[in-house]
Amino acid sequence: MDNVKDTIRDYILREYLPGESPANLTDETPLRTSGILDSMATLNLVTFLEESFGITIDAHETGIDQFDRIADIAALVAQKKGA
Amino acid sequence: MNLCTYLERSAREHPDRIAVVDPSGRTWTYRELDETSSRVAGFLAANGVAPGDRVGAIAPKSAEVVATLFGIMKAGAAYVPADYTAPSTRNRTLLADCAVTAVFLDPSCADIVSEWPHERRPVVCWLPGSVETPAEGIAWADAVAAAPLAPSRLAAPEGLAYILYTSGSTGVPKGVKLTHRNATAFVDWCSDEFGPEPTDRFSSHAPFHFDLSVLDLYVSLKHGAALYLVSESLGKTPQDLAAFIATNRLTMWYSTPSILSLLAQFGGLDKLDCSSLRVVQFAGEVFPVKHLRSIVERWPQARFYNLYGPTETNVCTFARIPTPIPPDRTEPYPIGPVCPYCEGIVLDSFNGAEVPFGDEGLLHIAGASLFEGYWGRPTDELFFERDRRRWYSTGDVVREVVGEGYVYVGRRDRMVKRRGYRIELGEIERGLYQHERLREVAVIAVPDASAGVKILAYLTSQPGERPSIVELKVFCGRVLPSYMNPDVFVFLEALPRTSTNKVDYQGLVRLQQPRSAVEAAGASKS
Repeated sequence: MDNVKDTIRDYILREYLPGESPANLTDETPLRTSGILDSMATLNLVTFLEESFGITIDAHETGIDQFDRIADIAALVAQKKGA
Repeated sequence: MNLCTYLERSAREHPDRIAVVDPSGRTWTYRELDETSSRVAGFLAANGVAPGDRVGAIAPKSAEVVATLFGIMKAGAAYVPADYTAPSTRNRTLLADCAVTAVFLDPSCADIVSEWPHERRPVVCWLPGSVETPAEGIAWADAVAAAPLAPSRLAAPEGLAYILYTSGSTGVPKGVKLTHRNATAFVDWCSDEFGPEPTDRFSSHAPFHFDLSVLDLYVSLKHGAALYLVSESLGKTPQDLAAFIATNRLTMWYSTPSILSLLAQFGGLDKLDCSSLRVVQFAGEVFPVKHLRSIVERWPQARFYNLYGPTETNVCTFARIPTPIPPDRTEPYPIGPVCPYCEGIVLDSFNGAEVPFGDEGLLHIAGASLFEGYWGRPTDELFFERDRRRWYSTGDVVREVVGEGYVYVGRRDRMVKRRGYRIELGEIERGLYQHERLREVAVIAVPDASAGVKILAYLTSQPGERPSIVELKVFCGRVLPSYMNPDVFVFLEALPRTSTNKVDYQGLVRLQQPRSAVEAAGASKS
């Protein structure tokens, strides 16, 4: 689970927060409601997750209320990988 | 000609045809739309709104908003639409700038009028929304129900129809004044070029504060066709948007290339039947050929058009894209020749002389679609006279090609286009300067292979006071529209300065180049 979180964190830091210290992007930082990820960035993140973890994420699973924090996203990935 | 005449004529000829389909799926006939807009006009007249006034409209898209825009124009006033998701302070500034006498708001935008530190508070009418209507002001449904069917007080063709606010070069939004004649010159040309029919089903993807909406609204309603309003959330969800096109058998599509690129990549178009689409228009930015090719391959039956023009001139050049697109083509398509209601000349950016055919220069436009000026600002420096015509510099560098019209080269100044929105980098700087721990701010835009344009903010702060990048992103999300949020934040000890002590933007661009080269080298090693 922590591996998944770190993979997501590294991706967001690399692509959307270049130069940021990993400590400032916590599992609970809101990503979309805060403006860190816009709609385009969210789509790219979904594509990245699907390719990295060999899973499929449906559009209805990326609603802003269940796909806003690294903790939620990692839980979704873990659930998909387990399925 | 007045834009309302289109609706009134269609309502006489096709009273029971569907005029507007709401994002909720609810339909409005031409009779309903025409009558409701007359009641909106009656409400405004009864509340002291006079011909020539300005009236704001800030809300998500709905049939009520469409009726409201027509109602404002039927009252002889000009509508002033704005982004309901933008910060309240920005919206309040632009409503105050053009001194609106009334404003139609979504209840979620109550902050805009909760304080009004300006002269004369406007009449407030609350459009139906998802949150409760504030106590002060009148609910739209009540206003309309109580209002008489007012006779239209249509403005003359040279009267203002709407004011669209764009980013200003000083960072303050500028209100582009557009008349009925400006719009009808374009709409009537669309009739000739695209051949709309009452059986057509138009998309309305662009928000009403974006000038692409002029085609959707008025060409559709002029011809008795049905206008399908695309909600803001649906508009950004490619899979659902693609399904929306297929399910509703849309025939006319108009959006920025960004949206079409998203549809091509993420829309799942291979599984959908979109064969109803017969005309696809795009405007607002350069369409990467890779994505244009894939959308053309998915929709081979449609005619594709590239429309070009700043808000100040409306669409002023157009090009039909020859399809299919050869697999080896990478050059973006030309923006084409001028539309018949316009004239264009290419002038040297330095000495203002006409350039030899084929040389690069600034595109200048004259003609019926040319705006009247910016609200509250002098017009002296906006236009120049030549051959007894009034010319406006688009600020875009083009060159002319035999048989193809103009080829777009780029923008001259610091205005950039991102996802179809025009951004003046000064406005982002102004937003960032509101952060109390930032000392200096300079924003540049550089071309980027994947995003089209990348926005970099260079910052300085007091030692030990540096905000985190997460904090800056969140801060920008609060003070700026999302499309203005910078991609990269870089802290420097001091900003580079020119000899006259101005920020050296070219120096920042140069600073960025070796840095990305280092990044690229690092990436290839890892």
